[in-house]
Amino acid sequence: MSTTTTPGPGATLFDRVVAATPGDCRLGMCIQCGTCGGSCPSGPDMDHTPRALFALINAGMRDEVLRSNTPWYCVSCYYCTVRCPQEVHITDVMYTLKRIAVQENGFDDSKAPDFSKTFIYWVENHGRAFELGLMGVHMLRHNPFGAFKIAGMGTGMLSRHRMAFKPTRIKQLNGLKAILAKAKELEASA
Amino acid sequence: MIENTRVGVYICHCGSNIAGVVDVAEVAKWAAGLPHVATSQDYKFMCSSLGQELIEKDIKEHGVNRVVVASCSPHLHEPTFRNACARAGLNPYLFEMANIREQDSWVTADKAEATKKAKALVAAAVSRVAHQEALNSLFVPIDPNVLVVGGGVTGIQAALEVANSGHKVYLVEREPSLGGHMAQFDKTFPTLDCSACILTPKMFDAGNHKNIQLLTWSEVEKVDGYIGNFTVTIRKRARYVDESKCNGCGVCQEKCPKKVVDEVFEAGLGYRKAIYTPFPQAVPKFPVLDRENCNFFQKGICKVCQKVCPTGAIDYEQPDTLMTVKVGNIILATGYDLFDARRIPQYGFGRLPNVFTSLEFERMTNAAGPTGGKVVLRDGVTQPKSVAIIHCVGSRDRNYHNYCSAICCMQSLKFAHLVGEKTGADVYQCYIDIRTPAKAYDEFYQRIINEGVHFVRGKVAEVTDAARGPEEAGKTIVQVEDTLIGKQRRIPVDMVVLSAGLQARADAKEVGKKFGISCSADAWFIEKHPKLDPVATMTDGVFVAGACQGPKDIPASVAQGAAAAARVLSIIGQGQIEIEAATAIVDETSCVGCKECIASCPYTAIEFLEDLQKAHVIEALCKGCGTCVGTCLSKSIRLRHFTDEQLVAEMIGAMQTMKSFETVEVQ
Amino acid sequence: MKYGYFPGCSLERNAAAYHISSMAVAKPLGMDFVEVEDWNCCGATEYVSLNLIASYALIARNLAQAAKDSTIAQLVAPCSACYLNLRKCDSYMAKSPALAEKVNTALAAGGLAYKAGTLRVRHLLDVMVNDIGCEAIAAKVTKPLKGLRVVPYYGCMIVRPGYSGQASFDNVEQPDTLDKLLAALGAEVVPFSLKAACCGGHMTQISEATGFELIRRLVKSATDGRADLIATLCPMCQLNLDAFQGPMNRFCKTDYHMPVLYFTQLVGLALGIDAKSLGIGSELVDARPALAKIGVEAPPEPEGAPKKPKRDDKSLPMPRMSAV
Repeated sequence: MSTTTTPGPGATLFDRVVAATPGDCRLGMCIQCGTCGGSCPSGPDMDHTPRALFALINAGMRDEVLRSNTPWYCVSCYYCTVRCPQEVHITDVMYTLKRIAVQENGFDDSKAPDFSKTFIYWVENHGRAFELGLMGVHMLRHNPFGAFKIAGMGTGMLSRHRMAFKPTRIKQLNGLKAILAKAKELEASA
Repeated sequence: MIENTRVGVYICHCGSNIAGVVDVAEVAKWAAGLPHVATSQDYKFMCSSLGQELIEKDIKEHGVNRVVVASCSPHLHEPTFRNACARAGLNPYLFEMANIREQDSWVTADKAEATKKAKALVAAAVSRVAHQEALNSLFVPIDPNVLVVGGGVTGIQAALEVANSGHKVYLVEREPSLGGHMAQFDKTFPTLDCSACILTPKMFDAGNHKNIQLLTWSEVEKVDGYIGNFTVTIRKRARYVDESKCNGCGVCQEKCPKKVVDEVFEAGLGYRKAIYTPFPQAVPKFPVLDRENCNFFQKGICKVCQKVCPTGAIDYEQPDTLMTVKVGNIILATGYDLFDARRIPQYGFGRLPNVFTSLEFERMTNAAGPTGGKVVLRDGVTQPKSVAIIHCVGSRDRNYHNYCSAICCMQSLKFAHLVGEKTGADVYQCYIDIRTPAKAYDEFYQRIINEGVHFVRGKVAEVTDAARGPEEAGKTIVQVEDTLIGKQRRIPVDMVVLSAGLQARADAKEVGKKFGISCSADAWFIEKHPKLDPVATMTDGVFVAGACQGPKDIPASVAQGAAAAARVLSIIGQGQIEIEAATAIVDETSCVGCKECIASCPYTAIEFLEDLQKAHVIEALCKGCGTCVGTCLSKSIRLRHFTDEQLVAEMIGAMQTMKSFETVEVQ
Repeated sequence: MKYGYFPGCSLERNAAAYHISSMAVAKPLGMDFVEVEDWNCCGATEYVSLNLIASYALIARNLAQAAKDSTIAQLVAPCSACYLNLRKCDSYMAKSPALAEKVNTALAAGGLAYKAGTLRVRHLLDVMVNDIGCEAIAAKVTKPLKGLRVVPYYGCMIVRPGYSGQASFDNVEQPDTLDKLLAALGAEVVPFSLKAACCGGHMTQISEATGFELIRRLVKSATDGRADLIATLCPMCQLNLDAFQGPMNRFCKTDYHMPVLYFTQLVGLALGIDAKSLGIGSELVDARPALAKIGVEAPPEPEGAPKKPKRDDKSLPMPRMSAV
């Protein structure tokens, strides 16, 4: 369990997912009851419900799993996790699937991964999130005409001083960068 | 130790259970070299008749006067081998068993280590057996009276079986009437028999049987004694009604002005009065006055029941009575509680008006229930046009109860049938699996499929009133993943029925303690063996039957009630019972009369002889636990068959053997 | 009482109203907040989507910074996402020594360290209601919110953690801490089944249809319940329900006007603090018409609203809720 070892070359997708999820995620205990799929607020819009995705993982259908938009539609509300009768840590598994999908380039639509990547860019280079930067880059890349649709909202936010024009930078940014670099090094070598 | 001790050692293979891990031939060969061992061999199945004959032959023909069998757990076969010794004329207490299966081959992976351990265990037993003494068992008579606790269908069945054989039964029931949960039901699966119609004849039989003393509105307070000789104190709570005068006319409850929600029999769906019989066919027919809700007891006013009673049977002064009875055996048939569905807020029970539990629904469809058998919404009037029935509420769920409650699938199918029959409503059945294993059960499922019920395979995620659009407005919405099509569905219905699971009674642990038996982690009473002995317990003379041992349906409960009765009758039939001779004995010459042992005995098995000022162990009560031996400051108590010499010899046998395996590195 | 205070990125700007109203009510209620020095972004739900150890190290840096002050034993976060992240990180580090070791190795590269369990992480609502107490707060109310019908909207993250042995401070499905607080302020609390349902987080940026539908449901339910405004305790929820209400209306072709305020703003109003000092006016759906109802007679029940049962009605009793 946990983050200590990456499974060897013969490992199945299931093994990889379990090893890359912190703690004991209990994914193997799923009885396919459908509570997660029934609880999920964005379930109707997913390619596969969380339950269906776990069945695919069990069946070893790697490509289909990584291609699925399911983890990217997860809103991290944890309804599934608190209700699961087998106590599977579903939300944590969804995060793992996102990470694997990006690492293996398995997910075709770059919109959701790019959003996270853009968010992360500002955090890693300033220590804080930067909304205008995030929205600006994201809209330009993925939804250029969308900016017009929310123009009203944008001006509303700006006029009420709810959006900053410049990112805030933390004092010990170098310290943070060192921490994150070390952490990534540890993850790669695991 | 006697002169010329000759120990026979037998190492069992137990097929491959032991021999697959332990080198039994080697152990037998090695054991031949132990002190006092006259013969040592290994054999495939010692418990077989041929295996036992080996022992008997060695005793009769080769002068073996001590026997050690290294095999399985004494729980299983100590009696077997002791009997073999006895048959050959050797006192059974000159036998010792070494458990090299449960304590060795089944728990040790490494074969070399397992063989070493087996040798140590055998050496321990051989060393010990040399110090063992011949002992004689105590025989105690069996009181033929029987106590049955719990007056539901299981308890009634058990009581009738025993009573019909001619023995007296005390049938104790906590509620005012017999019947238990079965009396609440409408129809029973798979036959759709009317529950009351099949139960009430048995209730009347039990109530009128000359050999059954019915003690309803009563509870067992204290249990002392041991198998064949229990002394039980029962509290008959005050009904405030004189049973010798009451004729069951019912005028008192008709005229009583105080209406109370009936949380027990009506499952909170209906009302009763402060003085009441829970249902019209109650046995006995005498009502009970509920003090907590009585205007007279709480406020000093009213007394209408006394005024209207034609026979003057109301007695506000009536006290509780304590009675003490002697019985030889006890059967616990205390039943179950329904899982509290309020613990699952997302199902809306208690918050959304038209969500009902299974017991509420049973009362609703029951013709004698609060709605006269009509299936209606919480407003008491509107008939639903669509009903959702939800399985596994609080069962198969690590957040609540891990286990399957066994009856809910069948019960849910039954509900689907009743809803269809009474209202013609659309029924949606939401399940994870359909569990219909017993006789005629799957055929019942086929019948319900045929009736056009919509089956949705998915555990319901939530039941809500938050409408997302006009088609959901005013409805109770069931949100579930239909896993067979892989899509989330929202099904707006008028009414939802939750098939709540079964759980152990709230006081199961206290009750178990009272009777000297244990409860599992889920608080069900623990049986002696889940497959081979489901109605006995580890406490001789106390039996369990029905749902209190684990969730089960009516056929299984009735079968267990009868099974427990049969076990009890076989004990009564034997007339006397053998008490294990491993009991403590006080050496009166050195006892100083400090009474420490009496205080420490968990079985209150030691008495103080006032005239001699010495402690004395009551053998029949003594369980041989050894607490008194350790407590005694003057070392005056000896535990037969577990003396200091025997235990020390056992330890030395084991330790010397293990030490001999250590290799010492010479630098 | 002294607490460490972790504002989170949102409270700097887009949820500044939450920050200033929290600060405004802190002193009168006896809470002393000490902001964590040089804190960084907790990573929200984004960082952990692409990193594992690094995401916990990112969060743990804040725990380490807060723990530097040995007089601080409790760390309070007003933002539900920050709260969940901080708690989860601390809890996972406690449960998995292997994870803790890696995180601390990373922290050491920045000259920091954190021992799991050092700080107790709490949400601002939990502290206000369970440490200060509704009674004490009610005693300080000078302008009760009588006449105001408020929906207590918790959002998803504040009550979950509540799994795997991590205790939630309130019921995971139907919490009532905020309900109790609003009642103590004199408001009329509107029953709201979706009180702990998710607002959708960042979904508006991933899929408009999904994101706006999640917002629509909540706003519709509040409107159906005849609420005057929604009380929130999470900047993301406020942003979605308030700032995105307009775009949602356009997308779903609806015309809702449901103002959304932070619960601390309502606490401030009830304590007699002026609206401007509480950041009221920064919301995109104007809350002032709703707030004007405070102290005014409640309108009569509309047609079709559930009537109180008559004496001889046939309705069946509801189960008692008290004994759970």
